[in-house]
Amino acid sequence: MEALSSWFTYVSANIDYIWESTLAHARISLIAVALATVFSITLGVIVQRRPLARTIVLTAAGILLTIPSLALFALFIPVFGIGNTPAIAALYLYAILPILRNTVTGLDSVSPAVVESARGMGLSTWQQLVKVRLPLAWPVIMTGIRVATLLTVGITAIAVLVGGDGLGTYVQSALTRNGLPNATEQLYVGVVFTVALGLVLDLVLAVVQRFTTAKGLRL
Amino acid sequence: MNAQAKIHLDRVVKKYPGSKVPAVEELTLDIPEGEILVLVGPSGCGKSTTLRLINRMIEPSGGRILLDGEDVTKANPDKLRRRIGYVIQQVGLFPHHTIADNIATIPKMLKWDKKRITERVDYLLDTVGLPPEQYRDRYPRELSGGQAQRVGVARALGADPDIMLMDEPFGAIDPITRERLQNEFLRLQEEMHKTIVFVTHDIDEAIKMGDRIAILGERSTIRQYDTPERILAYPVDDFVNDFIGNGSTIKGLNFLQVSSLRLSDYPALRESESAAAGLNLLQEKGRDWLVVLDGEGRPVRWASQEQLGQAGTGDMRGVGVEVGDHLKDENTLFEALELMVQSAAGRTCVVDDAGQFQGIVDMGHLNKAIRTAQSEARRHYEELEANA
Repeated sequence: MEALSSWFTYVSANIDYIWESTLAHARISLIAVALATVFSITLGVIVQRRPLARTIVLTAAGILLTIPSLALFALFIPVFGIGNTPAIAALYLYAILPILRNTVTGLDSVSPAVVESARGMGLSTWQQLVKVRLPLAWPVIMTGIRVATLLTVGITAIAVLVGGDGLGTYVQSALTRNGLPNATEQLYVGVVFTVALGLVLDLVLAVVQRFTTAKGLRL
Repeated sequence: MNAQAKIHLDRVVKKYPGSKVPAVEELTLDIPEGEILVLVGPSGCGKSTTLRLINRMIEPSGGRILLDGEDVTKANPDKLRRRIGYVIQQVGLFPHHTIADNIATIPKMLKWDKKRITERVDYLLDTVGLPPEQYRDRYPRELSGGQAQRVGVARALGADPDIMLMDEPFGAIDPITRERLQNEFLRLQEEMHKTIVFVTHDIDEAIKMGDRIAILGERSTIRQYDTPERILAYPVDDFVNDFIGNGSTIKGLNFLQVSSLRLSDYPALRESESAAAGLNLLQEKGRDWLVVLDGEGRPVRWASQEQLGQAGTGDMRGVGVEVGDHLKDENTLFEALELMVQSAAGRTCVVDDAGQFQGIVDMGHLNKAIRTAQSEARRHYEELEANA
């Protein structure tokens, strides 16, 4: 009880900084996810009907996820220097797989009869994609974007190690100041606000998903 | 080339890379304007492939496709398809669009104005038997299989194409609904006069729907191309005969009408006459059964010699057994056969529009009618061969 009240005291004393870090954290995550979304949907559409390319691309995206996150962040320092940019680059690579995989799965799930009838009515390849295939795959793609967002928000905490902003600053400070006053409070600020941010963003995306999914597809 | 052919396939070939035998081998086919041509054949014969060559869902490897005499083999396939209605077995409605938007798909692509589209959608929903105010704003997942295919047909008719291609459109629908859809579609076609190519593997559906039938064998080769009547009366070879299956002669009765028969004179008397008079008439004519008429001259009962003998001295009221349903001129001989086998006398009565007795149909009539149809069909093929 005492620990909890001392945490609240710490938070209320530092709320301006915490809020600023949370916003920075959200910004880094969302930029990475946005870039990954554009890239992955485009790539997914290109490879979905090409078995070889599709296997290669999905395997590559899978391998990216297995690279230790700390190492991946560090790999970009020679390219982008230190700061938020190498962090965004690394997070972007992580976010690709869930969105790419769901784009491919979503397009796979479109009934062949629907595509056949679209083609049979004279919709061009582009019209088939934009008016039929993507709208029908959208709920699955959106689910991929939500997974990527949750994943990214968690890993963004590491950005601090390559000179980036975000709630990772509190975790790092807690680690280096282990045992000193407020170290525990800082650790929990990092954990609690990262989790809360993830939940809030997921909720926002769930609402977006609902309103961007065609009415005939909603359950 | 036939002058009125709406669609003309000229030695069309489809060969898939890596396959030695072509899927469709040098197919030449005329499809007359305003008719339903049914492509029917065993599965794997290439009938669907043939259909899909017409709107170039599958690109032909050789030959030409002509619509109204215009070579469309090299035309823009998307523009070509907007001119041709396309209905498939799995329907393929857009699940994310309302019924109205589904039907409006092609009109929208053709940039019709909004009012015209709305009117067209409502008209088409009415045409296929779905009240617009009730169905317009629904989504495909709220429809039954039969309703979905009604919308499928309405959507194919969206921009009023001259030509419709239908690939087993009623194949996935339960038998009762299928029959209803077939009948409604035939009624619709009487008004529309579209040129329709219809694929099925079901010979009965082919016989029912087709103005003409092309029976296809392997590699989409035409084994017989003719009207259903003539195919039933004269299957050209064993392949066709096997494909048509048992009972083809009886199915052929569907195409012959009572009006084509010359009804023979048959003994009939009003029931107010005495049983003895009835018996006399039968003996005089050498028949077993008398048609007993009511006061208006309508047939009511069959009376046998035996029944008349037992009736004694009174009139014929209540003597004999019910005649059952009557035939009229427009009934088919198939219906005649059905009534005949239910009748005590093995015959069935024909009446005019007022219900007055005109004569009877018996097995001899059917036999003669069928033999005539068969010999006419045979003569037709012999003439074709002689002219070839």
